[in-house]
Amino acid sequence: MSSNRTIKPSSLSLSDLPWQIDWKKDRCTLCGQCTAVCPVQAIELSVFRKRNIAAINPSSLLNSSEERSLSQFETYYGIKQKTTIEEACIGCAMCSMVCPNDAIAPHRNQETDRYRFHINQDGEPRKRGGRRNSTNSLLDRIKFIRISMLTDPALDAGRHEFELRTLLGRILPPKENMARLRNNGWIPPVREIYPLIIGGMSFGALSPTMWEGLQMGIAYLNEQLGMPVRMSTGEGGCPPRLLRSRFLKYVILQIASGYFGWDEIIHAIPYMKEDPCAIEIKYGQGAKPGDGGLLMWHKVNKLIAAIRGVPQGVSLPSPPTHQTQYSIEESVAKMIISMSMAWGFRVPVYPKISASSTSLAVLNNLTRNDYASGLVIDGEDGGTGAAYSVSMDHMGHPIASCIRDNYLNLVRLGKQNELPIFAGGGIGKNGNLAANAAALIMLGASGVQIGKYVMQAAAGCIGTETDRCNMCNTGVCPKGITSQDPRLYRRLDPEDVAQRIVDLFVSFDIELKKIVAPLGRSTSLPIGMSDALGIDDYQVAQRLNIKYVV
Amino acid sequence: MCRLFALTSKEPVSPMEAIKALDVMKEGHDGSGVGILLRDLGGPFEEMKDAPILSGIFTEEGIRKLDFFMMEQGFMTKYKMSIKVPKIKMEGIPKRGLYLLRAYEYPESWDSLDQKELTTRLMMTRLKIREMGEEKEDMIVFSFWPDTIIIKELGDPLEIGRYLGLDRKDLKARTIMVQGRQNTNYAINLYACHPFFIKGYSTMTNGENTAFIPIRDFLSSRGFPGYTGYQSDSEVFTHILHYTMSGLGLGLDSYKHVMTPLQDKDLESHPDAVFLKHLKKSCRQLIIDGPNCVIGTLPDNTMFMAQDRKKLRPGVVGGRAGMFAFSSEICGLDAVIPDRDKSKDIQPMHLDTVIVGPDRQEIKICRQTEPLNLPL
Repeated sequence: MSSNRTIKPSSLSLSDLPWQIDWKKDRCTLCGQCTAVCPVQAIELSVFRKRNIAAINPSSLLNSSEERSLSQFETYYGIKQKTTIEEACIGCAMCSMVCPNDAIAPHRNQETDRYRFHINQDGEPRKRGGRRNSTNSLLDRIKFIRISMLTDPALDAGRHEFELRTLLGRILPPKENMARLRNNGWIPPVREIYPLIIGGMSFGALSPTMWEGLQMGIAYLNEQLGMPVRMSTGEGGCPPRLLRSRFLKYVILQIASGYFGWDEIIHAIPYMKEDPCAIEIKYGQGAKPGDGGLLMWHKVNKLIAAIRGVPQGVSLPSPPTHQTQYSIEESVAKMIISMSMAWGFRVPVYPKISASSTSLAVLNNLTRNDYASGLVIDGEDGGTGAAYSVSMDHMGHPIASCIRDNYLNLVRLGKQNELPIFAGGGIGKNGNLAANAAALIMLGASGVQIGKYVMQAAAGCIGTETDRCNMCNTGVCPKGITSQDPRLYRRLDPEDVAQRIVDLFVSFDIELKKIVAPLGRSTSLPIGMSDALGIDDYQVAQRLNIKYVV
Repeated sequence: MCRLFALTSKEPVSPMEAIKALDVMKEGHDGSGVGILLRDLGGPFEEMKDAPILSGIFTEEGIRKLDFFMMEQGFMTKYKMSIKVPKIKMEGIPKRGLYLLRAYEYPESWDSLDQKELTTRLMMTRLKIREMGEEKEDMIVFSFWPDTIIIKELGDPLEIGRYLGLDRKDLKARTIMVQGRQNTNYAINLYACHPFFIKGYSTMTNGENTAFIPIRDFLSSRGFPGYTGYQSDSEVFTHILHYTMSGLGLGLDSYKHVMTPLQDKDLESHPDAVFLKHLKKSCRQLIIDGPNCVIGTLPDNTMFMAQDRKKLRPGVVGGRAGMFAFSSEICGLDAVIPDRDKSKDIQPMHLDTVIVGPDRQEIKICRQTEPLNLPL
């Protein structure tokens, strides 16, 4: 714009943007790869005009035949960054990835950007994918302090036998279990599974290649490595062929308030070769507690529309509540039993809720319902494919104290072995997956769910908690993980994703053993072994009922 | 690591026999304490098998409180054995009040009670006395049960034995368990000393119990008032035994299935696979993980030894018909029963429970892979 024209309130300069493109003219070959790959068209080929002023060469004055010129103009082509709100750079650095000459890279603006005040054009607040924008992690600060040193030969993580599976399902108290066994009574279904579960990421939120890769990886882990890893479908239904395959037993079918895909699932029940691992009823999600699922119209293509049973090209906001219910109590009573009944009481059914100061009320309800098979609690650091930024950054409850409160409540009731609690949200957000998972297990979780970490480790998601990329919602994922555009998702080879899933779980397993073996644990998952934990913050130690160590 | 020794004999023997075994195993404990359990008693207690015996340590004030309380309940002293302590203080043994071993007549109002109610009231009485003594530490009670004596003290086992005069002629038993402590606590609490006792079930252990907290939480949330205390992580072994046999009504052969369940592959091929899979899941929080050798006795004076899942602690059982010993080390066994067939000594492995029944005639080995005697 010109200096003598009006400036619009949302006119931004490069300095106002969160990310700035550093382009090196002397290295660029103008191949165009960067502009082609940029998911938000933040850069374009541009013509630059440059004026060169030369000093007069005295010798040239003698040669009068030459024209005397002090100022020369040159034009050249180059890469220009745009400054419009919708085309602001997201820092994904795909330009760097594709540049053959290392000529371009985004750099974070060290100032607080001004862009954040303007991503609400037309009164529409910012929506995005990813996690709460905070790199803090209480879980990272928890240490495992109870190393067996005095009376124990240390266990050997590499050589001893380990049994680190967990149970998903309602476990009866020992006496009751024996009585029902004796009288051929109904014993609730219990699945023995790996304590690291891939949490609900829907077919629709994820690309077909990503989903296929996850399924292949899980099948390999189960059938070749004997690791009973399970994955929740999220709220998007399940591809019909998977519903009718033997691999369904590795899948936890999620039903949420939009009921997307459940027409297909219900109709497939008579054709199912195997029961699903479990049914997860989603009441809440840690990333956006109190808000429903959201699949934005960009991603609702023909395939997704067919699986979900909706028209193409419309946004799919699930309501925050299950519309057929008046209350969580009613949900517990009716929905859990309906779902149990649909599979002949052979499949565990459990709710997933957001961590909240009201979680205890839900838990107490579940303890009185024989059909409730567990509870998943998703903390404030949970990820999502699409949500309002305000929900992600400011709503929710930290996972650690919520899990601890709920577990200790079960201990008070004597039901700690009967109703397993699973934790989700921010586990491994700074890369410390096994340590975070083990800490939550020792605080009382029976296992943990991960989502964002899977995208990062198994598919190369570049989103961060310092607000890099996080464009999952609009389907422009530059890695093809959360896109429904074939031009993007073909970047991702399902075989490679499967391989990385296997890498992730195998390495996690080794790290988990490296944590529990020195604590003298190997024959059962150390659920609630809180004496192993310490933290260098007195208040936190008091709150979590663990040791304060400095 | 502590050292354990237990003796089961057709004829009553002096506890000093067992303490002798601890002394030869001295390399393995630091002399920081000893705990002694005597059951199936000889001597004067032989004549009063049904009378509950109170074992504990009381100050003068404590005795007064105890007498008042017991009178109020309607208990009458039937017999008491006085342990006279020498006037000269022994190095390493704290000065205490009275080591009390006193048999009581049941209150008349208890006459009509069935066995279950009677035993429950005995346990509740013990817990009450313990609670009364907690504030001033003037009453320490180890057991209140028929035909059972428990003595615990800090110091070197042999010196304590002599100091308390345990070689006296009228103190003999057919079932004896002793533990020599290797102190791993900073401050030693007598309630943390093995053997532990609940309603006729008793165990002692060496090694640490790394899964203590979840097990403690599970037991103490069973709604059973006796599952309390837990000054030592080893007390849970006694309570798991009681829970398995009395709570769930299972046999001794199930004890290891609760504490150290078979792994899935072995479970599949077990004749009682269905039952055991359910047991493993529903008792998951009772799985022990430490390196432990557990020696215990049942209400009928059956004696047993069981090892942890990886068999990380030593333990040997041997003897002859009429007398068998369970020991941490072979030298302990040699000290007490030298004239046995050593080729028949048994060192139980990770799947074994070694059992000598109340007839004391033979050693039985129960392997976890064998069919169970189920109450189904």
